[in-house]
This record gives sequence, C-alpha cells and structure tokens, in this order.
Amino acid sequence: MKWATPSQLRKQGILGMNSRNIDYIGRSNERRLYPLVDNKLKTKNAAIKMGMSVPKLIGVVEIQHEIQNLERLLDGIKQFVIKPAQGSGGRGILVIKDRRGDDFIKTSGELVSFRDIRRHTSNILSGLYSLGGRVDVAMIEDMIDFDPMLSKYSYEGVPDIRVIIYHGYPVMAMMRCSTHASDGKANLHQGAVGVGIDILSGCSLYAVQNGNKISQHPDTHHSFDELKLPHWDEILRLAASCYEMTDLGYFGADIVLDEKNGPVVLELNARPGLAIQMANQAGLKKCLKTIDNMKLIKQPLNKRIQLAQQLFAAQQR
Amino acid sequence: MRVSPQLQIILVAGVIITLGLGLTLYKKFELGFPLTPGQQQVVWTIESKISFKPVGGPLEIAMVLPKPQAGWNILDDHFASSGFDFLIHDVEGQRQARWLRESLDRKTTLYYKLEVYRASAFDLDNSPLPKVLAPELTADRLAAMESVISLLKQYLHDPLVFTKELLGLLLQGDNQDLAFLLARQEDRPLDMIMDILALADIPYQAVKGIFLEDGRRRQTLDTLIEIHDGERWHTFNPLSAEQGLPENFFVWQRGTKSILNVMGGERSSLEFAIVKNKLPIKTVLFMEQHLEEQLLLDFSIYSLPVEQQGVFKGLLLIPVGALVVVLLRVLVGIRTAGTFMPILIALAFIQTTLLAGLFVFLIVVGMGLWIRFYLSFLNLLLVARITAVVILVILLMAALSIVSYKLGFEQLLTVTFLPTIILAWTIERMSILWEEEGGHEVLIQGSGSLFAATLAYLLMSVELIKHLTFNFPELMICLLGIVLLLGRYTGYRLVELYRFRDLGKLDE
Repeated sequence: MKWATPSQLRKQGILGMNSRNIDYIGRSNERRLYPLVDNKLKTKNAAIKMGMSVPKLIGVVEIQHEIQNLERLLDGIKQFVIKPAQGSGGRGILVIKDRRGDDFIKTSGELVSFRDIRRHTSNILSGLYSLGGRVDVAMIEDMIDFDPMLSKYSYEGVPDIRVIIYHGYPVMAMMRCSTHASDGKANLHQGAVGVGIDILSGCSLYAVQNGNKISQHPDTHHSFDELKLPHWDEILRLAASCYEMTDLGYFGADIVLDEKNGPVVLELNARPGLAIQMANQAGLKKCLKTIDNMKLIKQPLNKRIQLAQQLFAAQQR
Repeated sequence: MRVSPQLQIILVAGVIITLGLGLTLYKKFELGFPLTPGQQQVVWTIESKISFKPVGGPLEIAMVLPKPQAGWNILDDHFASSGFDFLIHDVEGQRQARWLRESLDRKTTLYYKLEVYRASAFDLDNSPLPKVLAPELTADRLAAMESVISLLKQYLHDPLVFTKELLGLLLQGDNQDLAFLLARQEDRPLDMIMDILALADIPYQAVKGIFLEDGRRRQTLDTLIEIHDGERWHTFNPLSAEQGLPENFFVWQRGTKSILNVMGGERSSLEFAIVKNKLPIKTVLFMEQHLEEQLLLDFSIYSLPVEQQGVFKGLLLIPVGALVVVLLRVLVGIRTAGTFMPILIALAFIQTTLLAGLFVFLIVVGMGLWIRFYLSFLNLLLVARITAVVILVILLMAALSIVSYKLGFEQLLTVTFLPTIILAWTIERMSILWEEEGGHEVLIQGSGSLFAATLAYLLMSVELIKHLTFNFPELMICLLGIVLLLGRYTGYRLVELYRFRDLGKLDE
C-alpha cells in the first residue's frame, strides 16, 4: 500500500493528468477539431467519407416529430442499436437483439414494447443522456455481432479496443471488457476490466480491474492469458488512419470487432483517460517522448504502423 | 526570436511576483506599514449623508462638526461638496462646516466622512451648566408632570437617583401619568423627560451622537441625556435607563443646539453609513501623521467611500480562496464540482459560521437532490428545470428559516447568506453527475467541494491573511503570478502517486 514517489513515476515514464492536459492535449489538439469527435454522427460521416468501416447507420431521428416514422424505419430489422450522438460514458444506448411478436428483446433478455423504444428515443432528443443536457439527435445503427472468440471475455456488453494514437502513431492499446460490476459498460472507472494489448502481436499483456491486477474475467472466469486479438494489423491500421480523418495529434480510437465486417470504428475520444497505463503496466509518456524525439515529418500510414510496432512492442520495454 | 510559452510564463510570472513583493516591501520599509496585525485598534469610518431638496434661492447648509471628547479621536475627515462654496470656521468653540451656493434645482446629497477611534474610554468632561428654561406647558400636562415628580419626591435631593428612578418608571410603563404624557406627546419621550427634569430643577443637557454598529447603512443621530448632580455630569440612555456613556456611542455634540441647519432647502435629512475596521495601532498612528503626503496611500483602499471599503474587505479575500481551489485541483488532484463553487460556499461560511453553514448546505442540497430526481422523470427542458430548482431552493430556504426560528435555532437563519443560484446549480450538476456516473462520484466531488470550501474558509478567516489582503492589495499581483505558474505545472498530482503506486515500482 506504499505510495510511489514522483521520481519513481518519472523514471517509468508515467503520464499524469496535468502533463496530459498541457503537454499533449493542449499542444496537439486544436479546439476547433473537437466537435468532430464529440459528436458520433459527425465522426461516422467523416469515417464513411474516408472509406473506413463503421457500424452501418440505419437512420437518424433529429426532431421529436420524426419519431412517428420510427416504426417504418425499423420495419423488418431485428437487430439494432439506438444511441445519442453526444452521449457520454455509454449512457442511453439501447441494444435490441431480436423481436418476438410486437415486442423487442434487449441483450439482457428483457422484453420491451415499441412504446418504450419511442419514449427512449424521445428522451435522447431532449438531451437526457448528453453532457449538460444539450439537445441531441438519436442514431440508429446495426447491432454489432462481436467476434464470438471474444465473448468469453465480456459480460453483457461489447468489448472494445482502445488505441492511443499520437501524431498518427499507435502507441498503446487495451481491450475493455464489461463486467457485471460495470453494468455492461466498458468504462474502467465503473468497474470494467482493462486488458493491455501488445502493439506488435495483439496478444494480451496484463489485466486490471479497479486498479488491481487480475488474471481471469471476474464473471466468465476465463483467463486472459491466451487472448490474442484476431485481425490485429487491420485494427491498428483502422485506428491509425483516424489521424488523417481528424487531424487530432492525441486521441483514443475505440474499435470493435464485428463478426461479419471485421474491425469497425465505434467512436473517437479527444481526452482519453490514463488507466491504459495500468492495463499495460507501462508509462505512456515514454512512448510519447520517443515519437517527439524522432521529429518525423508526416509519414504514410504503413510506415507509421511498422515503426510503431518496432518501437512499442512489449519486449522493447 | 520566438520565446517558448513555458519561458514566457515564467518571465511574466517572475516580473509580476517581483513587482507585488516590491510594492509590499516598499510599503513596509519606506512607509512603515506593519506586516503583521499586531495589536488591533478598532477604527470606525462614519459617512454622513446630508440630503435635502432646494426650494429655490440661495442655499446655506451649516453642520456642527464633532470634536474629540470622551476618549474619541478623529483620525481623518473628508468633505465632498461639488459645486458648493465650502468653508470651516469656529462658532463658540465648535467647528462648523458651511456649504454655500447661489441656486440649485434638484435634490442633492452632501457627504462628510470621518474616521474615528476611541483610544481610551473616558467619561465626558465638565462643561459649564447650561441655562435651563422653564418649559411652556398646558395645564393638564403640567399637572401630570407634577404628579410624577411628587411620586418621586423622596429622591429630589439627589438628582442622580431621581433621574434613575424616573427612567426606571418610564421603562416599566405602568404609570398612568407618564402614559398620559406619552400618548399626547407628538415628539419623542426624550422631550418629556427633559421637561420633567426642568420642572424638578435638575440641570440637564442632551448628548447627540451615533451608536456605532458595523455595516449599518441608514443610521440616524441618537440622543442621550446627561444630568448634573452638583459635582459632575452623569450620562443616561433614556430608552434603556442605563447609566454611563456606552462604549460604542460616538459623541457628536453636547447640548440641545441642532447639528444640521439647512436654509433654502426642505426635507433635509442626516444619515450615516458605518463600517468597522480593525487596524494595527501602528497603522493608525501612522495614518494620523502621513495621510495627505503619500501618493500610494492616497490610492489605497482607505481612500474609497465607506460602503465600497466594506465590499472590498470581502472581495480581496476571494483570490485567497481561489488559490486554495487551484492548489487542491492541480497539485493534490481533489475533484470539486465546478471551479468557483467552493469559493462562493466559503464566502457564505464567513457569514454563517462553519458548522451551521455546512449543516444548512447539506440539508438544502440533499433535499434539493431528492426533489430534482422527481423532476428528471418529467423530462423538462434544461432552462425550465434549472428555474424549477431555483424556486425550490428558495422555498427550502424559507421553510428551513421558519422551522428553525420556531424551534429556536436562530443560527440556521443565516441560510439566506448561501448564494441561491450556486445552490441550484450545485443541485443540478450533482443530479446529472448522479445519473451519469453514479452516487459514488457525487460523494467524491461533493465532499471534495466541501473540503475545499472548508479549507478556503479557514484560511480566509485567519487574522493575518485578512490583514495582508486588505492592507497590502499588491500581494494579489503575487497571487496572480503564482496562479500563472500553477497553470503550467505538468508534474504529478498527489493522488496520482497513489493511483499509479504499483507502476512506480515495476523495476523492483
């Protein structure tokens, strides 16, 4: 239970909150670029323009009046997700996995009626789930059938892969697995498990929950040791290519593995948290400094990934 | 040449910190301002407002000025008399101010500000006995007064006891004759007392002055009464029957002569605004000697009108509270709900005292949160929801005041000092936080905010800090420099040393 000293943390190259805000977010992210990542609808449109794969958009409800068209829009669609474009922390996301008669079945198995779905959409529009209660729009998109290989590492939720991208280079990655404690959400501070992923191979490194190292998923009891993410190179390419799309110098890309479509971009985050360092048992600042010191002018995507995999592979640490 | 932002900040901060410290040291060593509060002297600033409405024609306003007596000293006085001819001259040993003007067509206010302190509490000295004229009274009033005097006739030989008994009788309020006299009296009971004293052949005179109370805005002149027992004068408060000159009574003038005379005007009034300052004795003595000479002093907060001085006493403490919040957030890593909420809460604590303030805050916010949860079911728009919460907070505050007053907990009445809008925003933010992040986060940020507010309050109520902020506002420039530096601090926060404790020991 002993605290670390600042010099110990500095030696390990741990990134602190003040340094993240001033040295990285403040220096490399221009404010005018934020709306693109803070609004999932804008992110998705930009990603489609760049030819990146994203969950398919079924429709958008922008004003309360349009909720009337919802039934026609969802006609014949069995699986879908309704979410607020500016929601935070996974709030307001309704996932429907099947229909039974006139009713819909949520991932948890609970039955909801069409009236419930209409009310949920109305709540999204009035800003119930968005930061500061801003008026929002509701997006309806295809449900992600996540790779069955990953299902043993997640409880009642979609596991996603967060990759930190610095000046276009993927520097650190982790998989976030929802748990019973996190209520199906993939947020580490709510109790989800973070699994550090080796940039070179896509293999798991360590797993942490609430800041403590663990070896198996607390609900499914599967060991994280054998975890090796499929399509790893493709995931890295997709995440790193978001740099061209956003122009942000420092951000986190959230990628999900879809069974049919492979890796898809779920959302981007201009202020990614620091917990990824614990999942990797390594300091971020060390990696970020390496890139700063290289003083590289813009490199093509392939070159960047190749370089990052050499520099940040786990055995290099 | 381009200077990096880091270096710029350090340069700018260095220059302003040096400037602030330099000014402070200059005041300390060249002007002799004491850095520590030391022994305190209460100094009262009295601002007299003379208001009147001209009736046309030439104007002449004369006011008798106070002179130092009964231990009161006058540190400094100022007049504001724009557009008037102004002079001060002596009339029968009393200083008198005179404002003159050919004509004026609107309602006007003249100001006279003075700073006084009471070095030691003497009684009033012996002044010659005034000529007491027999009062002109109607027959029934004369009869009533004589009946009162005959009731107290066994004390007539001793004027002191007689006055005491008379005032005591008045205070009891069950004497028929006195009740009759008071019912018919158009003026104050004071005139009646003086008439009775005159009838009883006791030498008396009025003592006009002001009861000094911090923060009073529209105080008017009060009158005490003094009687002569053959040897010396004794002062009485006619309303409370207490003997002796009250500690906080500033004597303006002895005798029945009127203080203010307005010729060529009507509806004149004389009101006082009063602010209490605690100043180091050294500063007081220093100001007595040098006030006019120094440019820096002439531009100090002491040169402002009294009401603004009072406001600045509080305002100058805000940067100290803000510094506490910045330190806690940047260096320690405590999460607070909003940046300035803790400072405003701390300012409110100064009025409410800490424990009552904390208690009231928790109750109002707790109940507000509870009701706000119901509101969230109604799906209101943001502006309407906040307004609803503001109304609820005011209702809660009123309810809390009434209930606590009825139960006899008068400390809780200070709930009105808590800023309503801040409470409403706190409730709104906390309830959103609750829905988004859960009750755990509300607890962390809520207690973080209260911790910061408490710490800021404790710091802001330290006598030395109050002294420094008010007497050396230059130090605020230093604070600015420190805050600029903190704004570029990229080191670890204290909580991160705990959060990343395992990562720090990877090599071991």
